[in-house]
Amino acid sequence: MTTMTIAKAINEGLRATLKNHPKSLLMGEDIGPLGGVYRVTDGLIAEFGADRVVDTPLAESGIIGTAIGLALRGYSPVCEIQFDGFVFPGFNQITTQLAKMHSRSLGKLMVPVVIRIPYGGGIGSIEHHSESPEALFAHTAGLRIITPSNAHDAYWMIQQAVQCQDPVIFFEPKRRYWLKGEVDTEKPGPAEDPFKAHVLRDGTDATVVAYGPLVPVALAAAHAAAEDGHSVEVIDLRSISPIDFDAVTDSVKKTGRLIVAHEAPTFGGIGGEIAARISERAFLHLEAPVIRVGGFHMPYPVAKVEEDYLPDIDKILEALDRSLAY
Amino acid sequence: MGSTHLPSPGFEGIEVDRSAGAFSGGQETEMVQLLGPDGRLGSDPVFSDYAKRIDPEQLRGFYADMAKIRRFDQEATALQRQGELALWVPLTGQEAAQIGSGRASHPQDYIFPTYREHGVALTRNVDLAELLKQFRGISNGGWDPRQTNFHLYTLVLAAQTLHAVGYAMGIQRDQKAAEAAGSSDAKAAVVAYFGDGASSEGDVHESMVFASSFNAPVVFFCQNNHWAISVPTSVQTRIPLANRAKGYGFPGIRVDGNDVIAVHAVTEWALEHAREGKGPVLIEAYTYRVGAHTTADDPTKYRESAEEAEWRAKDPLQRLEAYLRAEGLADDAFFAQVKADGDELAAYVRRTTHELEVPDIQSAFANVYAEAHPLVAEEQAWFEEYSAGFVGEEAEGGDNN
Repeated sequence: MTTMTIAKAINEGLRATLKNHPKSLLMGEDIGPLGGVYRVTDGLIAEFGADRVVDTPLAESGIIGTAIGLALRGYSPVCEIQFDGFVFPGFNQITTQLAKMHSRSLGKLMVPVVIRIPYGGGIGSIEHHSESPEALFAHTAGLRIITPSNAHDAYWMIQQAVQCQDPVIFFEPKRRYWLKGEVDTEKPGPAEDPFKAHVLRDGTDATVVAYGPLVPVALAAAHAAAEDGHSVEVIDLRSISPIDFDAVTDSVKKTGRLIVAHEAPTFGGIGGEIAARISERAFLHLEAPVIRVGGFHMPYPVAKVEEDYLPDIDKILEALDRSLAY
Repeated sequence: MGSTHLPSPGFEGIEVDRSAGAFSGGQETEMVQLLGPDGRLGSDPVFSDYAKRIDPEQLRGFYADMAKIRRFDQEATALQRQGELALWVPLTGQEAAQIGSGRASHPQDYIFPTYREHGVALTRNVDLAELLKQFRGISNGGWDPRQTNFHLYTLVLAAQTLHAVGYAMGIQRDQKAAEAAGSSDAKAAVVAYFGDGASSEGDVHESMVFASSFNAPVVFFCQNNHWAISVPTSVQTRIPLANRAKGYGFPGIRVDGNDVIAVHAVTEWALEHAREGKGPVLIEAYTYRVGAHTTADDPTKYRESAEEAEWRAKDPLQRLEAYLRAEGLADDAFFAQVKADGDELAAYVRRTTHELEVPDIQSAFANVYAEAHPLVAEEQAWFEEYSAGFVGEEAEGGDNN
């Protein structure tokens, strides 16, 4: 066991990938000598050279499009998109090309491209640097989307993303980059399957589902609720596409109440999808409607007011109160 | 009919081979032409040497290919008119650009087409009946790109130019590894096809930036057929498209796209340039889409028939036939055989189109992901159960309408 931050865990995961998988390579803006704007690729170009850690021209469509070509040639590119709000110049390549290549070739072609995207707010940043666009990608068949919430998961999930034969979008909770945790670099243990959710805290009165940056918030809310005598189960979804509905269904069958929290706007979001599925799978077990806690239907607001926008402990507790009041 | 091609003046900061044919950036540009519309062979200071490599057998092959693909094009158009294809994208007029460039590629090269490159597909031994699957609504591809090194058609314009550059970056790495291992594998390059319309897409710009920065072994082959559906090239560009290469720091050559000899020579030069590690080349094949954009298009609404007539006079097949006859390289028997072969291909395509197996939706479920996916499995299971509910009704002749 080693203690490290999430950023360092991804760095070590990428280092292990480059070491173990000779056809893997990293591509992105400023990922070379600078080590990325968040230093996630720090030191890797010195160790593996410029053919494996590629500082690309400043063009997101170019990064994704050339990564697709490299994958068609047998490589496993790991692309870094510098910030969530900058992925959209590459959106066409991701949704019309990357997501469909395997399907349109009737399974003959593989494009195991990984796209790393730091996402989410809470860092007081300027426009386009705090967004959560995961639902836009989850709506596209052919993509897989995972997001770690702790260092151990981060270390293993980035490696699992590269090993996966499907394209994977790897959302990194940027405001948790400096969150430290224990990492077992010898074996993944419970992190063996990146597409399975984890129950992080057992409870009997309600279930809170969260992922990425909101997992620590959900745990803190559950802790606070316990002081009020409410037993809250917390699930870290880990995978946004596919979603481990079995894990959520099992929990709701036990607790009868479900709250889904994410930073992305609630309208058209992952929370709505979970609410619909759970109402189909566990309707008679529900004691209350599924309640979503998320962003408002507005462009991500300016940093000085983002605290009002972001889901926090109080918003989750308020949702819990509403659920328990049914 | 000599070429007026001029050597590159070169430009500051970037060393460009004088033979590269990077032209000055004015409104006009020189066009490499060897076989003129009158069927006479001219010369070019650089590319005549490449043209001399083409022996009479190959030249007859070029003609046979062009005639074959034109006949195929007619048959596919007819199949669409008869309701057998949902849509067809005719290539007539662009045979020389496609056969000349396709025949210049080597088996180890990898080709990224747009969606009109039926002639290139022929040169890469793609089964042309397979190619019709996409237009019959049976598959989104049909052939195995790994067998032919001819990628699936890409319909989102210019997206494939980036795939081509990435693929070329992969070749670079493979060759480096092979050289380190002392292997003498044949060097390879990539050809990215696109058109004058797609040249305005941002992906073409990004692909040229990446190709240039990484010196990728890729040949950008732009067929300037003058019309992006109804919009003329003048809306896409103020300068000859070949001249854009200069801005990226690699050679750009405009070639008469209806002159199969010049197209072959220029493409062969460009592919050698790329394979030898000298970086990308842009070729602008100056040609014309004689027919409609697709079978859903009506060119009478946006262009004059006089323009079409002018280009028909520059027909790529006629000029090569004139040359072959004048030089005594082909006789009536040859041309009769070519016609018979074309008819045979047309009959094969027509017959096979009717026989193409229609897939069921299970194959769509099967290929969304490479690895098992619970949502897809769940939806597939639901659909199977749902469908099973209709089996009895069908047997009884039930009507779902």
